[in-house]
Amino acid sequence: MLTKRIIPCLDIKNGRTVKGVNFLNLVDAGDPIELARKYAEDGADELVFLDISATQEERETIYDLVHKVAAEINIPFTVGGGIASADKVEKILKNGADKISVNSAAIYNPLLVREISSLFGAQCMVVAIDAKRIHDKWIVHTHGGKKATEIELFHWAQKMEELGAGEILFTSMDHDGTKSGFACEALSYMSDLLTIPIIASGGAGSEIDFLNVFNEGKADAGLAASIFHFNEIPIPELKSFLKENGVNVRL
Amino acid sequence: MIVIIDYDAGNICSVSNALNRLGVDFVLSDDKEVIKSAEKVIFPGVGHAFAAMEKLRAKKLVSTIQQLKQPVLGICVGMQLLCDYSHEGNTEGLGVVHTDVQKFDSSKDIKVPHMGWNRLRIDDDSSNLFNGVLTEDYVYFVHSYYVPLNQNSIASCAYSLEFSAAIKHENFYGIQFHAEKSGKVGERILNNFMNIDL
Repeated sequence: MLTKRIIPCLDIKNGRTVKGVNFLNLVDAGDPIELARKYAEDGADELVFLDISATQEERETIYDLVHKVAAEINIPFTVGGGIASADKVEKILKNGADKISVNSAAIYNPLLVREISSLFGAQCMVVAIDAKRIHDKWIVHTHGGKKATEIELFHWAQKMEELGAGEILFTSMDHDGTKSGFACEALSYMSDLLTIPIIASGGAGSEIDFLNVFNEGKADAGLAASIFHFNEIPIPELKSFLKENGVNVRL
Repeated sequence: MIVIIDYDAGNICSVSNALNRLGVDFVLSDDKEVIKSAEKVIFPGVGHAFAAMEKLRAKKLVSTIQQLKQPVLGICVGMQLLCDYSHEGNTEGLGVVHTDVQKFDSSKDIKVPHMGWNRLRIDDDSSNLFNGVLTEDYVYFVHSYYVPLNQNSIASCAYSLEFSAAIKHENFYGIQFHAEKSGKVGERILNNFMNIDL
């Protein structure tokens, strides 16, 4: 039976790991390669690196980081942030990433998803979606959550699947950084709607939150950052807890 | 020398990194003579079966691979291409293993691709590929197409149905999972392949 995945996410800015609350107030959280190695040893099932660098110069550092991480880590990893062309995807994959994720770029150019998927395969095409509830509708946001669009989340997720996404990484901005649990209702609805796997992100604060996101939210993977970086929830303990409570995880 | 076939359709970098971590000497090559003279050959593949097969044809490597006598390890799409035919893009394969590669049926309440860590069931370990690996150990899969169980299956995995996690025909081995991304279990399997003596 396929296991549920636990995925630490490393937000990268200028080569360092950072983490903020509600997309703001960035705090330094350590050397990404050191963290990546520790997570792989601790039993993380995958890693996600999100480059949140603001400038082009800072963004160029990602290739070198991908290269170093790939040399050391024996589990799959995804790289996202600022990816807007198939050329960049190729460069990241050639440096050793297994998957890439696109977010804002897919909104400006949805056919990019089809292009990447057909060139490199759906297995490496993750579409990241940041959304927030506005007047009872889940609205997709771009630019790290700064700009609202007029696009509705579930419609968008379906469209991404049709265009060749291999996986959806859904972050609830309402839950991100709050440690009050994942957006289980929206996740469950999305899971029933799509046939591709869904990574849940935003809101992880306790072991129970992960149990809920797999049971109620029907997510295929749970992603979190700060609770892992600051060792609030060690991954081996989290996985043992999930196993004891009937969730199939890799121990 | 170990040769990784470099035909622009592989996860060359991941495989190279894994071999580096194991301390194995290898070269990347699309040169027939280099491939033929290898001690062992790794045939990686990600992406689309049709596109991968087209690239093999463009590099005129089809008959070279078919005629190899040393141990060959096809990984993921590399394994699928060892078969007769793939429904992914409806392409002929290399025809080493006589079966068709099928697509998972997403209407059967499963997510497709089959993506993540799943359990191996080792059905035949006479080849030593799974030395030190246990049935129930987890390995990492990412694929939408699968090789059905057949007389060449040596390990299986369950995902709505049972399919071939590994196949073997004479000197040809295939693994559907990404050993190079499967943690310590994967490293063990790659290392076992390096030590296979036909």
